[in-house]
Amino acid sequence: MSDTHAETVAYVRETMLPQAAPPVSEVGAVKWLRENLFSGVLNTILTLVGIAVVIWLAQAALPWFLHGVWKANSLPECRQIIAERWGEGAHGACWAVIRERWNQFLFGFYPSELYWRPVLALVLLFVALAPILFSQLPRKLIRGSALYPAVAYILLWGGSLWVPLMAMAGFVVGWAGAALGRRTGLPLVAPLAAVLLPILWWLFAAGPVADQLDRLFPLWVREVRSDAFGGFVLSITIGVAAISLSLPLGIVLALGRRSDMLLVKALSVGFIEFIRGVPLITLLFTASLLLNYFLPPGTNFDIILRVIIMVTLFAAAYIAEVIRGGLAALPRGQYEAADSLGLDYWKSMRLIVLPQALKISIPGIVSTFIGLFKDTTLVIFVGLLDPLKGITDAVRASIEWKGIYWEPFMFVGAIFFIFNFGMSRYSMYLEGKLKRDHR
Amino acid sequence: MATATGAPKASFRLSMLLYDTRYRSMTIQVVVLLLFMAGVAWLVDNTIRNLETLGKDFSYGFLWNRAGYDINQTLVQYSNDSTHARAMLVGLLNTLLVAFMSCAAATVLGLIIGVLRLSPNWIIGRLTTVYVEVFRNIPVLLWILVAYAIFTEVMPPPNAFRGDTPTASMILFDSVALTNRYTAVPDPLFSRSLGNIDLGLFLVSVDLLAIIVVITGSILANRAILARATRVQNATGIRPVTWWKSLAVLVLPLLLLLVALGFHVERPQLRGFNFTGGINVSNSLMALWLGLTLYTTAFIAEIVRAGIASVSHGQTEAAFALGLRPGHTMRLVILPQALRVIVPPLISQYLNITKNSSLAIAVGYMDLRGTLGGITLNQTGRELEAVLLMMLIYLAISLVISGVMNLYNNSVKLKER
Amino acid sequence: MKNTVFLGTLAAAGLVAGFASAATLDDVKARGELNCGVNTGLVGFAAPDANGNWSGFDVAICRAMAAAVLGDASKVRFVPTTGQTRFTALASGEVDILSRNTTWTFSRDADLKFTFTGVNYYDGQGFMVNKALGVTSAKELDGATICIQTGTTTELNLADFFKSNNMNYDPVPIETNAEGEQQFLAGACDAYTTDASGLAATRAAFANPDEYVILPEIISKEPLGPLVRQGDDQWADIGRWTLNALIAAEEYGVTSANIEELSKGTDNPEINRLLGAGEDNLGAMLGLEKDWAKKAIIGAGGNYGEIFAATIGESTPIGLARGLNAQWTQGGLLYSPPFR
Repeated sequence: MSDTHAETVAYVRETMLPQAAPPVSEVGAVKWLRENLFSGVLNTILTLVGIAVVIWLAQAALPWFLHGVWKANSLPECRQIIAERWGEGAHGACWAVIRERWNQFLFGFYPSELYWRPVLALVLLFVALAPILFSQLPRKLIRGSALYPAVAYILLWGGSLWVPLMAMAGFVVGWAGAALGRRTGLPLVAPLAAVLLPILWWLFAAGPVADQLDRLFPLWVREVRSDAFGGFVLSITIGVAAISLSLPLGIVLALGRRSDMLLVKALSVGFIEFIRGVPLITLLFTASLLLNYFLPPGTNFDIILRVIIMVTLFAAAYIAEVIRGGLAALPRGQYEAADSLGLDYWKSMRLIVLPQALKISIPGIVSTFIGLFKDTTLVIFVGLLDPLKGITDAVRASIEWKGIYWEPFMFVGAIFFIFNFGMSRYSMYLEGKLKRDHR
Repeated sequence: MATATGAPKASFRLSMLLYDTRYRSMTIQVVVLLLFMAGVAWLVDNTIRNLETLGKDFSYGFLWNRAGYDINQTLVQYSNDSTHARAMLVGLLNTLLVAFMSCAAATVLGLIIGVLRLSPNWIIGRLTTVYVEVFRNIPVLLWILVAYAIFTEVMPPPNAFRGDTPTASMILFDSVALTNRYTAVPDPLFSRSLGNIDLGLFLVSVDLLAIIVVITGSILANRAILARATRVQNATGIRPVTWWKSLAVLVLPLLLLLVALGFHVERPQLRGFNFTGGINVSNSLMALWLGLTLYTTAFIAEIVRAGIASVSHGQTEAAFALGLRPGHTMRLVILPQALRVIVPPLISQYLNITKNSSLAIAVGYMDLRGTLGGITLNQTGRELEAVLLMMLIYLAISLVISGVMNLYNNSVKLKER
Repeated sequence: MKNTVFLGTLAAAGLVAGFASAATLDDVKARGELNCGVNTGLVGFAAPDANGNWSGFDVAICRAMAAAVLGDASKVRFVPTTGQTRFTALASGEVDILSRNTTWTFSRDADLKFTFTGVNYYDGQGFMVNKALGVTSAKELDGATICIQTGTTTELNLADFFKSNNMNYDPVPIETNAEGEQQFLAGACDAYTTDASGLAATRAAFANPDEYVILPEIISKEPLGPLVRQGDDQWADIGRWTLNALIAAEEYGVTSANIEELSKGTDNPEINRLLGAGEDNLGAMLGLEKDWAKKAIIGAGGNYGEIFAATIGESTPIGLARGLNAQWTQGGLLYSPPFR
């Protein structure tokens, strides 16, 4: 055989060839480049455009960042240093303004020796939220979280300890009223007591009692007034207060919107659509210009409180829609199961539907919070010192920092980005986890 | 004899209002209604008493008084002798203008970036992701302020265009000037204009109407031509060549009309302090437009990406198996299915743009809030009336937008049989 | 969760919130603090320093009021207001007095229901331009772009001025003085218009003030003064006579240096009545202490002239001349009615 072959074929290989390396274009960086960047004409063009954009951005911004000055007392001094170091006509960032005024961007005019208080309040917020955010922790911790509002109030505003304590006592009053009402065995007494007693307590008793207690056992923490609030302390206070206050209201509105009762549904829909149809700015103007018209003559609130009230109403409409989505996403069987157990409406909501619906709503609530947190910058238009424009303008009003724009914007933008990006990643992680749970 | 009685006819007891499901919802609704009415009455009563204390009344009469202030961008005729109502109309139109421009631009950009985000190209994928994350997570107010600062700080003042050796020059064949006050663009004019029709509220240019009529006619005619070509194709298998007919139908009538009207453009020229002759598009409008567009684009891109991702990959493979090219696959198979996922959140983005346009206050753009809720409110001191009216108008705009978009949504919805 | 922070704050606010009644004086005394509405930041008139301490010409009026009513010039809470929010803040009772370079006009007095307690600065609207523009008169501003603060009388004046001179202009509306400065310096407007005093204050803060010039035309009358809600005459009187006390003190030569000595009694019965040194107790007629005016003058940091010199006068960066704001004896318009 081999002879025949030898005649017909010029050359026959008789040994195995060693394995050759794959072609250069199919391995390593080159392969990656070919597949990811230059796989076709369109893709190549896109890649080139992309590289051009990156180069252009780097060219425009990099020198400016590299020439940054951290130590100077004023903008002219900054410019002088840059000119000395990098030659006439060089551009550079003047980060000195951040170094000098960072505390105003974060805390506004909050007394500097008390900076630990808002910081502690923020840390405690995460501690209080931990049992809700991370399901690994024991559920019972939530009861401890209920104390957080009073603690946060004391830390942020200070003043007499009795005021928030008495406000919290309203819940104890309601709970005690309900327990006593149940003991009477009469219908309706327990729920009515649970609702009416706390309201009466807050309206009439809480103030005087707190006053009296204060007179007898004065417990004071140094008071900080709302006017001192500014920067991110203000943003976070408004955002967190509004979103947490809007939750109960949002739940009620969402239930109302899904109710069979025509009137309740109409009112809920009307409220939600009205709030969602107008810009937040008009609601803030309502807070600053109109709220005093709508309240009894002579009542006068702090502007921050008025803003929190209006932002709460605003957030409630959006939260209601998120929770409505959660309610709708719940399998129909859950409702039917609750009904078949003979639970009445409130019990089935409280024990079966809402716990599940709220859980799947958390990512939506987090997104709403991100949106709301960004929107807190609008409070500048009613004269509050938000970090973005209010504090920046205040810094720019001083003679040393007149004419500085990009650095404060970048600093504030970066902080917003870190907060919001973190929260949105968390919400995505949660979404993934919840999806698995429901499969 | 068995007497079949119905349910025992218990006499009506008061507690049935609460425990009998037949009556309970009625009871609750009555209670809610009473509470609601009491709440409204309380608010109205407070308002009336407060107004009394301040010695004010509640009346919209001020809308018909002379406004007395000037506005820098007016889409309809307005002078400081016009009424406050007229100023409100000017502001409303400015709001609608910037909202419309932003919606259009953000939709186009969002579509492009959303599609690009799905691209296998590594650089493009990263760049678009960075874009979306950066713009989504930072307040829109910052983007508007940054855009405004870029326009005022980076662009040259009109002065720089003056003199023998100007430091700045116009672009696009000397027809457009980018300054730190406005962008001056050429003004289209008609030397044989047909005049205007006065609609009472505003003037409508007959020239514009004529152009719209002609373009609509051309498009309809073109459609007829294409439909006929398809019929011929179906009957004979050969599609007649139509491109020159389409071109002629689309272009010629418009050209003829423009020549007949004596169409020409007037270039902006630097006279005195400013460019005149052209149209000056103010930087406040440009900054607001740019800021709103860039911000909302990030959201729309995400919506588009999610919409396309929601169409199962099998659809693409099936389309490829049928021999459709990628472009056709996208246009005929993927997008129609993705649209029903995309449209509802897109509606809320349009609403957001409209509402966010009220941030015009940050750049001094005279929108509805700037006129009615700004200067008018200040000059007349009618904050209650002005803010309520402003809210109602925004609400009406929102309802109209969501109404129109819902109609569209119904038309793209998957027809379920 | 945290749904109770609202109730906590609400309850707290219920305690803190004042209930503004007809008698503002009683409210202020009960509160132990005067709420004074001021500008959000206009150097020389009212501006906070880096620590949040307020100073300026308008601020001195607030301090004088607090000293006259409460005996302590530091018991003032300054509420920064914008052109837009100032009147509502006063009408709603959020502030007791508004001392925020506000022009006294007919409609604000009669229609918006406020009472102006006098004039602390006679001003007029002017224009500032870049010298390089070569403009020497406001009449040459035809076709110019003009930066203007909204929510003030200036935009109406501007419209009237250009209309009566048959000229056109392009308004650039801005919210605050800081924005106006930015726009003007960047060349986004040819001229910046506001009250002449404000222009001087703004120009003084520029890096190169010499490159800018304030045009000679003053196109309006802008009598700036503090104002209170209409309907509380006693409170309006306190505001009016506190201001008059500062003006009269300058006229009679009462300064922060010699006030202690003069208040022991002088030959001039007018000074004695003013400072509460004699028999007459003018303070009681206002519901105040006998030496209210003395406290007011000390609290404000001196008489009208001293305040002027310290905050906006020629030795300060703002460098305003007294001009119309000189005493009537010096050819100015300041003329306090007699203390009798």
